[in-house]
Amino acid sequence: MTVTELLSYEAALASFDPVMGLEVHVELGTKTKMFCGCSTELGAEPNAQTCPTCLGLPGALPVVNEIGVESAIKIGLALHCEIAEWCRFARKNYFYPDMPKNFQTSQYDEPIAFNGYLDVQLEDGEVFRVEIERAHMEEDTGKSTHIGGATGRIHGASHSLLDYNRAGIPLIEIVTKPIEGAGERAPEVAKAYVAELRELIRALGVSEARMDKGQMRCDVNLSLRPHGTKTFGTRSETKNVNSLRSVERAARFEIQRHAAVLESGGTIVQETRHFHEDDGSTTSGRIKDNAEDYRYFPEPDLVPIAPARAWVEELRQGLPELPRVRRNRLREEWGVSEQEMQSILNAGAVDPIVATIEAGADAASARKWWMGELARNANEKGVSLEELPITPADVARVSTTSWPARSSRASSPARAPRTRSSRSAV
Amino acid sequence: MPGITREEVAHLARLARLELAEEELDHFAGQLDDIIGAVARVSEVAEQDVPPTSHPLPLTNVMRADEVRPSLTPAQALSGAPAQEQQRFKVPQILGED
Repeated sequence: MTVTELLSYEAALASFDPVMGLEVHVELGTKTKMFCGCSTELGAEPNAQTCPTCLGLPGALPVVNEIGVESAIKIGLALHCEIAEWCRFARKNYFYPDMPKNFQTSQYDEPIAFNGYLDVQLEDGEVFRVEIERAHMEEDTGKSTHIGGATGRIHGASHSLLDYNRAGIPLIEIVTKPIEGAGERAPEVAKAYVAELRELIRALGVSEARMDKGQMRCDVNLSLRPHGTKTFGTRSETKNVNSLRSVERAARFEIQRHAAVLESGGTIVQETRHFHEDDGSTTSGRIKDNAEDYRYFPEPDLVPIAPARAWVEELRQGLPELPRVRRNRLREEWGVSEQEMQSILNAGAVDPIVATIEAGADAASARKWWMGELARNANEKGVSLEELPITPADVARVSTTSWPARSSRASSPARAPRTRSSRSAV
Repeated sequence: MPGITREEVAHLARLARLELAEEELDHFAGQLDDIIGAVARVSEVAEQDVPPTSHPLPLTNVMRADEVRPSLTPAQALSGAPAQEQQRFKVPQILGED
């Protein structure tokens, strides 16, 4: 493989202005697929969760999953989008065996949600507004295994094997408008956006959005233009970037790669790129088909979706407090700095601390326990705080129990019964 | 008349991964031309007040509850497959994609 020419990041930013577009696919946590009643449970044996509809057998008819639509509307509302009064599904035609129908049921020019935004907070506290173009409903594809190639990739493979358990699982694709003006912070904005979106999706309860399990996947579109110009350059699309760190690295790499090509007088090819976790590089994929090559047309087997305004309003009223708002509220309640809050967030300690305070501990000691001893312990074991064999209730009990050696309050009547009952339970 | 060119037929064939001989390109260009010409006559009878439609019935919001229904067994699912391996559908080498 040839080494990709890169310009230093500083030199790239000195000449060019990056423009990004992020496409995030979220696999919904519904019990069943988007258009049939097959289970979405992970870990089933191959092809045990398929039916005539998701296998695309002749005569089978799809019917939309109501929770799929509801989840799409919730996501749209949380992203401050308008919700379509009327919209349709469309067939995206392409020839590839991961979809047995030979098309993916998606939405094209009539997405269910459009024109929104998400405010994301960078590590130093600066807030950057990312405009949302659309959020639309579609379905996941089957899983291919390539056999016979040295590395399990398509190149050199003699044949491929298909498991369609995943084909038809509901996906929501969330597409940003071009992100301009982020300058050298573009990779950081990309990472913060995906992180914020992940928190949002979890807060809505529509998906666990685990990137390591493929429940949330990001495509990074990136182009450069010389400073002071308005026209977008040719973009590359780096597919399936599947961790927050990788999103940042992929954007950074592409900025450096594009800059090297453009500085040397070359032109950027509009193509998909593959991201490599090991060294943070991208390599050329396929030349991108034009949208018209997908020959989108309205799906005749599904009737239009026209969400009643009363339903949309009901869903709007039921939205939880948004993650950024909640974090700022907690930060004030706990009296911690932006930086401290960021490390609490990075440690995955927000929810455990909240639960510990709810169980009776004060904020300072809940924070001290989770960010100190327990964080060290989890780190040593390589598990998340929530996977530790201690619950927030345990931590609250420990932190509110005064020990005889340290304090005379151990015999206070309010605490004594709890100590006794926990002993007798042993 | 729309006038489908042989280049357009070749492009469509590529999208569908079909290998067409030179003489087939001309043959299908003519046929596709006829088909599109016939369908185009719809716009001659449909006035401005007839909106394009994707569905003949005035229905919206046909949805189902998110309840699991029985799937096929893997053996049933694979029963129509031309080839299978490791309980999966076996397909020929996929070229030109990754």
